[in-house]
Amino acid sequence: MTGRALLSVERVSVGLPTPRGHLLAVDQVDLSLAPGRTLGIVGESGCGKTMLSRAILQLLPKRARLSGTVMFDGQDLVRLAPEALRRLRGPSLAVVFQDPMTSLNPVLTIGTQIIETLQAHMGMEAPAAARRGVELLAAVGIPAPEQRLRQYPHQLSGGMRQRVAIAIALSCEPKLLIADEPTTALDVTVQAQILDLLAREQQRRHMAMILITHDLGVVAGRTDEVAVMYAGRVVERAPTPALFTSMHMPYTEALLAAIPKLDSPPHTPLPAIAGRPPDPTRPLPGCSFAPRCRYADDRCRSAKPPLAPDHAGSLYACWHPLQPPAALGT
Amino acid sequence: MMRDTAVTDGSKLLEVENLVVEYPVGKKTVHAVTDVSLHVDRGETLGLVGESGCGKSTLGRAVLQLRRPTAGKVMFDGVDLTQLQGETMRLMRRRLQLIFQDPIASLNPRRRIGDIVAEPLVITGLTDRAERERRVRAVMTAVGLDPDLAMGRLPHEFSGGQCQRICIARALILEPELVICDEPVSALDVSIRAQILNLLEDMKRRYGLTLLFIAHDLAVVKAVSDRIAVMYLGRLCEVGPTEQLFARPAHPYTALLLEAIPVPDPTVRPAVNVPIGEPPSPIAPPSGCRFRTRCSRADRRCADEVPPLRAIGPGQFAACHHPLTTAA
Repeated sequence: MTGRALLSVERVSVGLPTPRGHLLAVDQVDLSLAPGRTLGIVGESGCGKTMLSRAILQLLPKRARLSGTVMFDGQDLVRLAPEALRRLRGPSLAVVFQDPMTSLNPVLTIGTQIIETLQAHMGMEAPAAARRGVELLAAVGIPAPEQRLRQYPHQLSGGMRQRVAIAIALSCEPKLLIADEPTTALDVTVQAQILDLLAREQQRRHMAMILITHDLGVVAGRTDEVAVMYAGRVVERAPTPALFTSMHMPYTEALLAAIPKLDSPPHTPLPAIAGRPPDPTRPLPGCSFAPRCRYADDRCRSAKPPLAPDHAGSLYACWHPLQPPAALGT
Repeated sequence: MMRDTAVTDGSKLLEVENLVVEYPVGKKTVHAVTDVSLHVDRGETLGLVGESGCGKSTLGRAVLQLRRPTAGKVMFDGVDLTQLQGETMRLMRRRLQLIFQDPIASLNPRRRIGDIVAEPLVITGLTDRAERERRVRAVMTAVGLDPDLAMGRLPHEFSGGQCQRICIARALILEPELVICDEPVSALDVSIRAQILNLLEDMKRRYGLTLLFIAHDLAVVKAVSDRIAVMYLGRLCEVGPTEQLFARPAHPYTALLLEAIPVPDPTVRPAVNVPIGEPPSPIAPPSGCRFRTRCSRADRRCADEVPPLRAIGPGQFAACHHPLTTAA
């Protein structure tokens, strides 16, 4: 990791009581992110990626139990008072969610929602905030921004709503933007536009970003580092190019193989991953991926592999990595 | 490795001719499908792609007469479905089935899986209980579910992927000829998506199916389709053999869709020239070529004349005045 970390997540676990028992949604996760960098968090539904992002934002459900520390810009967010947290969200920490219809208030105009954010966090007067709102909407590629300010969310398409959500998130010049599946609900052409927009604004503002997605295609060209999550744990973490060229985790390999390839001929059978992720209320003693892994043996089923570095500094949690760290000890 | 593609004897099982579907909203009209003609050969998979609101699902429903077309014909095995009424249409529907996007929402949460899968047999008048159970067990085994474990359970006890298997079993139990799959894997995780796509391919061979596969994800469509049809704002832009269409797209919209797909390879730079903007409203579609408002090649002619579908290569047709590739 280069430079001082803006965000450093240490041994974070999130547990939730459920009718079926205690659910360990996030299990001892460590992450760090330097200013201006982009971290991709990849995993399937239920792997804990959204719970982890909510733990960073301190937006967990009330019944959730969080342990560990979330150091952001020199402060531990876990131990910060609610009032101090509120001051931090917006100017320092911002978030864009998957569904822009539910993250915008349906009974307030776009303008009201942007202007009140600027008034609350930036101490702007209403006329100045309205002018800034127009600038922000124009910056995220919304045509006729003055008219849009007077409209309600339902009058906008999904892509336009997501642009508004991004404009609101960017309005206070945050140091860290967490984008949780920001394009999953959108069409491919709109997805490309939104990802381009996020990348452009990030560079311009030297903002750090966490891009959460289930799609390895989305993180491939647009992140510096990728963390792959499975069953609540980070199972592999590496600089993006290294992850794709020399992955160690059989899960990452299987996940990549299961995506239909554009250069394969039609009717090529896909190497599907058999089975499904384990029940999070029934943690396994060994590696969580072992029941679906073709390399698994008795050791994998009995002992949990730690997240360990290879010779180049990529981390993986596997007893039988795909490319063993050959240069170890030299 | 190429799978032996099923029996395509070249006869057209489904022919959609000049199909128009319009419906009123207030005093205005939504032009959901405008003058679309396409065919699906027996044993073939035709992929139908396009963005939300392009009319691809409406087209699928109009084929099944779940939404009656405003104009045009839907010829299925030589019979025009738009002319069928009541009982004759109901009898015909056994031969056409539909699989939806949301597998959980398409199962009645209060009914047992065995009853859900048997329902089509009950509706079509199979009263022999033992025979019904035999067929339910056979089709459930075929889709990879254990009938002994699954038949007595309720939908909420199953994951999304397993629910889609149940929906596929229900669609196949009447041994249909044509199955319309409307975004069957869009709601599923990557690892489960591959299982379901493989299952659909297996079922196609096993039951000799013809598929109309509707999806917005070109990579998914490519994995299963023999030919692909691209729709934009209610009109057909381009149709052609899968590999040819991917290698040499002729319509600028097809090229745009291909460019926008995120590739899981960090050495491939993401597309930067995806134009800003979204499809216009189907209530007031642009004159001439409907894609012209987002197209870099558009000129006066594109605004004045609707481009007809023209031959580009063997089996490839595009509706564009300025195609990226032209007939050799």
